[in-house]
Amino acid sequence: MTVRKNQAALTPAEKRRFVSALHELKRSGRYDTFVTTHNAFIMSDRDDAERVGHRSPSFLPWHRRFLLDFERALQSVDADVTLPYWDWTADRTPRSSLWAPDFLGGTGRSRDGRVMDGPFARSGDRWTITVRVDGRDFLRRNLGAGGLPLPTRAEVDSVLAMDTYDMPPWNSGSDGFRNHLEGWRGVNLHNRVHVWVGGQMATGVSPNDPVFWLHHAFIDKLWADWQARHPDSPYLPGGGTRDVVDLDETMRPWNDVTPADLLDHTRYYTYDTDTDTDTGTDTASS
Amino acid sequence: MPTAVAASGRGCIRPLHSSLGVPQHVRNHTPPRPRHGRRRSGTAAAAPALAAAAPAFAAAPAAAPSRSAGHGPAAFDEVYRGRRIQGHPSGGGHHGGHHGGHTGHGGYTVLIDGEELHVMQNADGTWISVITHYDPVPSPRAAARAAVVELQGSPLVPLATA
Repeated sequence: MTVRKNQAALTPAEKRRFVSALHELKRSGRYDTFVTTHNAFIMSDRDDAERVGHRSPSFLPWHRRFLLDFERALQSVDADVTLPYWDWTADRTPRSSLWAPDFLGGTGRSRDGRVMDGPFARSGDRWTITVRVDGRDFLRRNLGAGGLPLPTRAEVDSVLAMDTYDMPPWNSGSDGFRNHLEGWRGVNLHNRVHVWVGGQMATGVSPNDPVFWLHHAFIDKLWADWQARHPDSPYLPGGGTRDVVDLDETMRPWNDVTPADLLDHTRYYTYDTDTDTDTGTDTASS
Repeated sequence: MPTAVAASGRGCIRPLHSSLGVPQHVRNHTPPRPRHGRRRSGTAAAAPALAAAAPAFAAAPAAAPSRSAGHGPAAFDEVYRGRRIQGHPSGGGHHGGHHGGHTGHGGYTVLIDGEELHVMQNADGTWISVITHYDPVPSPRAAARAAVVELQGSPLVPLATA
């Protein structure tokens, strides 16, 4: 069974293998198909029209499936690799081991934001930004620029306390858990982290930065944590909602998976913190 | 290959019924309000600079703003930090979906040095662009200025590039 671990707990060997698998997906061209798909949804998901990947209830199941696809691609390169998650409430400075040269590399230089160290620096010639919105082909970051801090644990807890999954109008103007986690409203969790990282992470082609996956793995974990706190709160809406993916409607681009199929992450993986109850170790297959 | 590849063609995932701008009732659902200081993030650098730079260039072309159908922001045309930024309502004529064209995102088009910047209006009336996607600002002009700051002189890539 796939176990997703906190990035801070990875061994040097686990980091090496994760990075190597990323390099191989990039080399083969598969990596960039994920960037392309994400940006296409970023540009088409609209508050007043059909919305699937973002600013809508299906933000969470859509990204869960998107990450599953990506994790399976990594595992086709190295079966032992799983997606780590970045708990940005705990590892909240540019000095975190996440940003060390043996893992994701650090922030960008001041002149042009170019990341200069680590496995994804342009000079290493293994991480050229090809799916891009501007002329620059190197990974950029601006960690913490502008003094905007990452969300705190207390802010996360305030959002996890919300007991309604989502509410009309099911978009960036909604109240409820989903939109507060996504960040269009309230203390702002997910969106703020994209902005804190800067560079490509602040754009529609944010998956160009490998930290995208670690960020979204943590967002995904927060969804699981919310479910554990609110076992009686369902995914909403339950049906008949125009432009919005209801519980049993299929999601683009896969068209063969519904939010209902994705509510229980333990069908696909567990988290290193999933200590409780029935995460049956005898169902050990990915 | 991931099934996600199937979505890479822009046409097939574009909503088939993009409407004309954001309806008034949607825009008014949540009144704009302060957002916990987020404005001081990626676009922070733009704010002090625009006060000095913008007025010198902005006046003439923007003098005759055209309003579209009574809603949405006015047109603008200025040079900001050495880049020409323009914006105008896209008008009511487009019917979305199949054309794959670049106009009509929220009924408003923004250009930087003649190349379109994909922008979008949020339900609360704020704006984002594909360059600063997660950090809403009050107007399409502010989104264009934030993009200029972020671009650091780099040209926009045409929207269809993949």
